[in-house]
Amino acid sequence: MFEILTKWLRKKEDSKEIGKNRLQLILIDDRLGVSHETLDSIKDDIFTVISKYFDVSEDDVEMNLQKEDGSVALVASIPVLGMKRQSVTTK
Amino acid sequence: MAGKSYVVTSGKGGVGKTTVTANLGTALALRGNKVCVIDSDIGLRNLDVVMGLENRIVYDLIDVIEGTCRPKQALIKHKKADKLFLLPASQTRNKEAISPKQMKELMIRMKEEELFDYILVDSPAGIERGFRNAIAGADEALIVTTPEVSAIRDADRIIGLLQADEMYEPKLVINRLSTELVKKGDMMDQDDIIDILSIELLGIIPEDEGIVASTNMGVPIVLLENEKAGPAFKRIARRLEGENIPISLTGDIEETLLNRIKRLFGINRKEPERV
Ligand SMILES: Nc1ncnc2c1ncn2[C@@H]1O[C@H](COP(=O)(O)OP(=O)(O)O)[C@@H](O)[C@H]1O
Ligand SMILES: [Mg+2]
Repeated sequence: MFEILTKWLRKKEDSKEIGKNRLQLILIDDRLGVSHETLDSIKDDIFTVISKYFDVSEDDVEMNLQKEDGSVALVASIPVLGMKRQSVTTK
Repeated sequence: MAGKSYVVTSGKGGVGKTTVTANLGTALALRGNKVCVIDSDIGLRNLDVVMGLENRIVYDLIDVIEGTCRPKQALIKHKKADKLFLLPASQTRNKEAISPKQMKELMIRMKEEELFDYILVDSPAGIERGFRNAIAGADEALIVTTPEVSAIRDADRIIGLLQADEMYEPKLVINRLSTELVKKGDMMDQDDIIDILSIELLGIIPEDEGIVASTNMGVPIVLLENEKAGPAFKRIARRLEGENIPISLTGDIEETLLNRIKRLFGINRKEPERV
């Protein structure tokens, strides 16, 4: 019942969230001179490497640029679901 | 104590730089400070009009820089705030007529010869020569933005340019915030904006229809009876002076349910929004 109510209340996404998300994407480009296409492909590459060793889900990978004291840091957060078991039979 | 100079800038035009300069300058002067507001928008001056001083201009910024007159001769004293002075921009020259170096020297003279406590420089829009001139002699920067994507984007660019110029701690003034739109989810609030720009918030000026009337009359809104923008400007002035006055617009937004319950029981008088 409550679910229906909250769903109904949130049937459209707030325009401010849309604006904020767009702004964040624009600023990635502005700040680094790197497009978010590039960033997406970095994210894909990192995911590919990490998933060789850990059980991770692509949807949980978060990556963004943080500005501190005039420098920019690329911060990635990749929740680990578990270790990949090393196969003993293959070499 | 030596005076302090601030450039009021934004990147984007029309976000309220001139309005902020006029009102903040007036508010600081009303508090007993000797204040100079400088219009650095050469060729497109309008700080004089917003302040109602357009009929009293004899000399301007370039006249002082070129030595045609002394600063005292160009400064226009406001009649309703006797510690407030305007140094107008020239209307008939262009921004290349002066250099950042000359601007820096002018600012030093204003502090040393005229002993101003505060100097506010109203910057033109853009990031070219006019902007360079405006930031040249400033100790600190105040960035004005509205809660809109394009204005915040430009503010971010300006923050980057200021940092490259070794001004690492610009302060933010959010102008034209509408609590109604924020409540509807149709406008970013100060937390969203600070989250993105990560600089210190100096204050929030609400959207206020009274500003239109104030500019029509050429009287800064801090000199008029006003419940919205006027008090917000006055609080910013006190924060600049070092007073610790909390910025609590979110408080009002988040507590609406609680307030509503309180009001239901008659506990709560409607408090004006504090920004
Ligand atoms: N808080 C406000 N509420 C309503 N109107 C405002 C507010 N601040 C500025 N304005 C209006 O917005 C317009 C642009 O302001 P202005 O100070 O000239 O901007 P800028 O100097 O950045 O170009 C003006 O018409 C002004 O009256
Ligand atoms: Mg202006």
